[in-house]
Amino acid sequence: MGNLIEIKGVTHAYQTKAGPLPVLDNLNIGVPEGSFCAVVGPSGCGKSTLTRLIAGLMFPDQGEVWLHGELVKSPRKTVGMAFQNPVLLEWRTILQNVILPLEIVAPSMPKRQKEERARELLSLVGLDGFENKRPSELSGGMRQRASLCRSIVHKPDVLILDEPFGALDAFTREDLWQTMHELRVKEPFTAMLITHDLRESVYLGDQVVVLSGRPATTQYIMDIPMPGPRPLDMLYTPDSVEKLAVLRKQIQIAQGRTDAEAA
Amino acid sequence: MQGNVQKIFVPLTAIVVLLILWEALVWFMGWPTFKMAAPSDIWPAFLRFQPMFWEYGWQTLWRTVAGLGLAVLFGTLIGMIMGLSRIMNDALYPLLVGFNAIPKATVVPVVALMFVGQHDFNTILIAFLISFFPIAVSVAIGLSTLEPEYRDILRSLGASRFTVFWKIALPKTLPEFFGALKVAVTLAFIGTNLVEIITPHGRGLGHLFQSAQINSDFPLMFAVLIALAALGIILYYIVVALERIFAGWADRTAT
Ligand SMILES: Nc1ncnc2c1ncn2[C@@H]1O[C@H](COP(=O)(O)OP(=O)(O)OP(=O)(O)O)[C@@H](O)[C@H]1O
Ligand SMILES: [Mg+2]
Repeated sequence: MGNLIEIKGVTHAYQTKAGPLPVLDNLNIGVPEGSFCAVVGPSGCGKSTLTRLIAGLMFPDQGEVWLHGELVKSPRKTVGMAFQNPVLLEWRTILQNVILPLEIVAPSMPKRQKEERARELLSLVGLDGFENKRPSELSGGMRQRASLCRSIVHKPDVLILDEPFGALDAFTREDLWQTMHELRVKEPFTAMLITHDLRESVYLGDQVVVLSGRPATTQYIMDIPMPGPRPLDMLYTPDSVEKLAVLRKQIQIAQGRTDAEAA
Repeated sequence: MQGNVQKIFVPLTAIVVLLILWEALVWFMGWPTFKMAAPSDIWPAFLRFQPMFWEYGWQTLWRTVAGLGLAVLFGTLIGMIMGLSRIMNDALYPLLVGFNAIPKATVVPVVALMFVGQHDFNTILIAFLISFFPIAVSVAIGLSTLEPEYRDILRSLGASRFTVFWKIALPKTLPEFFGALKVAVTLAFIGTNLVEIITPHGRGLGHLFQSAQINSDFPLMFAVLIALAALGIILYYIVVALERIFAGWADRTAT
């Protein structure tokens, strides 16, 4: 109780030509309101599947997904999503791209007001002056910033991020991590971030969940109690280095590589 | 500014150079007009029959455009059905491919027998039949290859299938659609002329060509061919202009 995202005993299999492919197996995760949950796990273990279940785009074979004390039975207007591919619409300007969710969620909102809201967010992520550019005129990092703006423009209470920084270079990625912390202060949301980067999970997460290999279960949960924006230096404190080592170990277990390592 | 001058001046020069070479070749080889008419024979032929060129040219033009319009409507509809439903795609694809493989010259007499005397209708029908295929295929492919994430950004907000189609799938398919339309416009034009030449009913540039052939007026035959080429160019560039307006965003070199 009290968790804004509550995943209870979720089990799911895809029906493929070669028979059912179990992807999630009795998964349990709880994310309190306003908290940031980072999920790591081996490639192909079912992380994107998990995001689609939370968004109500798919439904689990067994178990339940609860958002805000309501069972998820269909997509909800209070969800925001961003992916590794920023999926901006080429035929719209950056500003019009950011507005898109408002056209669905708040069709009656005056255009002026929508644009004002979008401008405010774009300037928060350092994109002022690019409102009227086309996506193709922006760098990869800038596009991902615009995509983040679009995912929170309608003030969703749940933000689902599926490796949004995965395709960026290391410097741009660190920049965006900091932007993420700044956004959290000004635009409170409850987030679930899927990532392959352990440093990212420790820097951004209030809790880090390690999933096992497919079919994924909750293998390990690490709490990182450190409220407020974090300095990048925090990644190099002995405490964080130790946490990263623990997580790395857990990932190796999830990949089934521990025996080879020990030998 | 300089770019515009270049865009008009260069192709015009190319045409003039071609005409001069053509004239010189015919003169040099000493060909009679039944073998190859020279531009200097063709121009007088055009002037002599000028009113007919305008009248018949207009008939060919509007029937082509009508056939093309039908092809756009029907092709888009079929493409939507195939692009949005796997089952319909599997069912319709072989049928479409088979139908497209039939040489349309063989369909002309069949259609002429089915709708005897309906010349305008027959012509439009053939222009339509010959040109809807690329449109249907391009729309189907455009819709079925839409990356799932594009759908998910709207679907995760509870948007309807229609909203996803209208706001994302349709505009995203426009560049492919116009690519196909450029092919279709030429095909529709061929379809119209095919009917005008094969079935004698006294209409269109195809008919003018036919009567020139009967009268052994070789310069006139060439003049019709040139008129057809000119019409084809005009139609094609109208499509290009529409593409600029509706799918100009896909052109990355423009700005
Ligand atoms: N629509 C589908 N139909 C059948 N199998 C699927 C489908 N989507 C995913 N899978 C399979 O389910 C498994 C989990 O996929 P998922 O995309 O959730 O993994 P992931 O953890 O996000 O992977 P990655 O880390 O590479 O992004 C994979 O083995 C994948 O092949
Ligand atoms: Mg994934």
